[in-house]
Amino acid sequence: MGAGIAIVAARAGFKTICFDTSDDALARAEKQTRGFFDKSVERGKMQAQERDAVIGNLSRSSKLDALSDCDLVIEAVFEDLGVKKKLLSALDEVCAETTIFGSNTSTLSITEIASGSKRPQRVVGMHFCLPAQLMKLVEMSPGVLTSDETFATAWAWTEAAGQKPVKTQDKPGFILNALLVPFNNDAIRAVEAGVASPADIDKAIKVGLGYKMGPLELVDLVGLDTQIRLCEAFYPITLDPRAACPPLLRRMVAAGLLGRKSGRGFYNYQGGAMFGA
Amino acid sequence: MSTRYTIKQSGESRSFPKGDAFLAGASKDDADVIIHLGTPLAAAPDKAAVLIELGTESLGTHTGEKEGEEGGNVLGFARYRNGDDAPSQLIELVCQPRTAESAIAAARAVFEAAGFTVVVCSDQAGRIIDRLVRPKYNVALRFLDEGLATAADMDLTCRLGLGYPDGPIERVTRGGLAHHHDVTQALFETYGTATYAPARRAVVAAARRKK
Ligand SMILES: NC(=O)c1ccc[n+]([C@@H]2O[C@H](COP(=O)([O-])OP(=O)(O)OC[C@H]3O[C@@H](n4cnc5c(N)ncnc54)[C@H](O)[C@@H]3O)[C@@H](O)[C@H]2O)c1
Repeated sequence: MGAGIAIVAARAGFKTICFDTSDDALARAEKQTRGFFDKSVERGKMQAQERDAVIGNLSRSSKLDALSDCDLVIEAVFEDLGVKKKLLSALDEVCAETTIFGSNTSTLSITEIASGSKRPQRVVGMHFCLPAQLMKLVEMSPGVLTSDETFATAWAWTEAAGQKPVKTQDKPGFILNALLVPFNNDAIRAVEAGVASPADIDKAIKVGLGYKMGPLELVDLVGLDTQIRLCEAFYPITLDPRAACPPLLRRMVAAGLLGRKSGRGFYNYQGGAMFGA
Repeated sequence: MSTRYTIKQSGESRSFPKGDAFLAGASKDDADVIIHLGTPLAAAPDKAAVLIELGTESLGTHTGEKEGEEGGNVLGFARYRNGDDAPSQLIELVCQPRTAESAIAAARAVFEAAGFTVVVCSDQAGRIIDRLVRPKYNVALRFLDEGLATAADMDLTCRLGLGYPDGPIERVTRGGLAHHHDVTQALFETYGTATYAPARRAVVAAARRKK
């Protein structure tokens, strides 16, 4: 996810430093980034010269000190409150007073993450969509202590990066996941309740509503284990029964049916082809 | 398999409004599939299938039920339609536990020959789409009340972030908030869970509806 956000920034002309504690992760990201831009050139979406300039905007480091001159740091580290708070607290020591810290968290509270920093007024939620280099949407949310100036500056940066920000609040799931996670759970519950087969539920949603993907195909794609984690992140906070983990989801994960990545979820996948539709 | 059908109609059908090609495609004589659009169900055990258009009610309302053993050659159906929007190409076919496979096949053949996509579901309130999508519209309407985001930003989020052709607020509004009220009210009566209770904005629209 971080690599995708770095592509967005570099492509818009910002000098961008990718920071990761893992050198392997940095090397992987560099390779993927190169591949992405080479494809863009191949497909005629970009000149070779432009590609080289954009790649020239990117550098990598596994040392936090490298971020000392940054005006904006967007974190996309593990989805773990402790890890994120610790990172912000370390960044406090390295970065200027004026540096803005954006968080790409999907499920955590911006205010709680910001409490790791001595400058919570400089912390703002900036939730990109996967893959960030292709998806324009950024859900932006101020924490309780975020200053208007921070929010406005981060908003302007997002627009300058060619993205489309929407303003939302520091609530579980912001807009997108707050609508999506319970909807996908409801589809799982409909399978469990014998309303229809997964294939017919997906077909109904696609043909009836014009969605590109049915909810069960989507859960297979993001992973059934990830869907459980989303439930566990939201339900204890919202107590929304629709966000509670459907029993069928737990049984399927216990049986090793994780979706595409394990070869079977609501559908069977063999050699990348989908069966059961 | 025969794809001929006879229509028995009283009043306007939500699935096939006046002028719909499906109405014109019906046989004048007594075909093997009978389709009731607003007319009361009449037993026809010698037919391949008897179909009855459903609103928010269960198929069992028309057929009666027998402790989970109900079902024969009668199926319910509805062409999915978001309130006042034009009907979609989707037919939700409603079965009971003992509905004959041959009746399902006959119904499917008729609709598919007419160019529709057919899905089969059990006789539960809201069938597939309303059961799944109405709680989402309720939540989006509540989010609007609570100031989570503007209607435009919520819709944009769904279009850009999820690739939907339109967002929940624009869609539920276009279909009619009073219609949303009626559908969710029926679901709420059956399921009793708060997620189906009509959202405040839908209650307002229903209260202001021209009689
Ligand atoms: N994957 C998605 O679909 C998605 C979508 C939107 C937002 N997000 C958010 O993005 C963040 C990252 O998600 P991901 O899927 O890319 O996770 P990931 O586990 O694939 O990557 C996290 C990276 O962070 C690095 N890292 C961990 N701790 C670090 C630290 N203290 N300092 C520097 N680097 C550190 C890891 O080495 C790893 O490379 C999470 O907050 C997640 O909620 C993910």
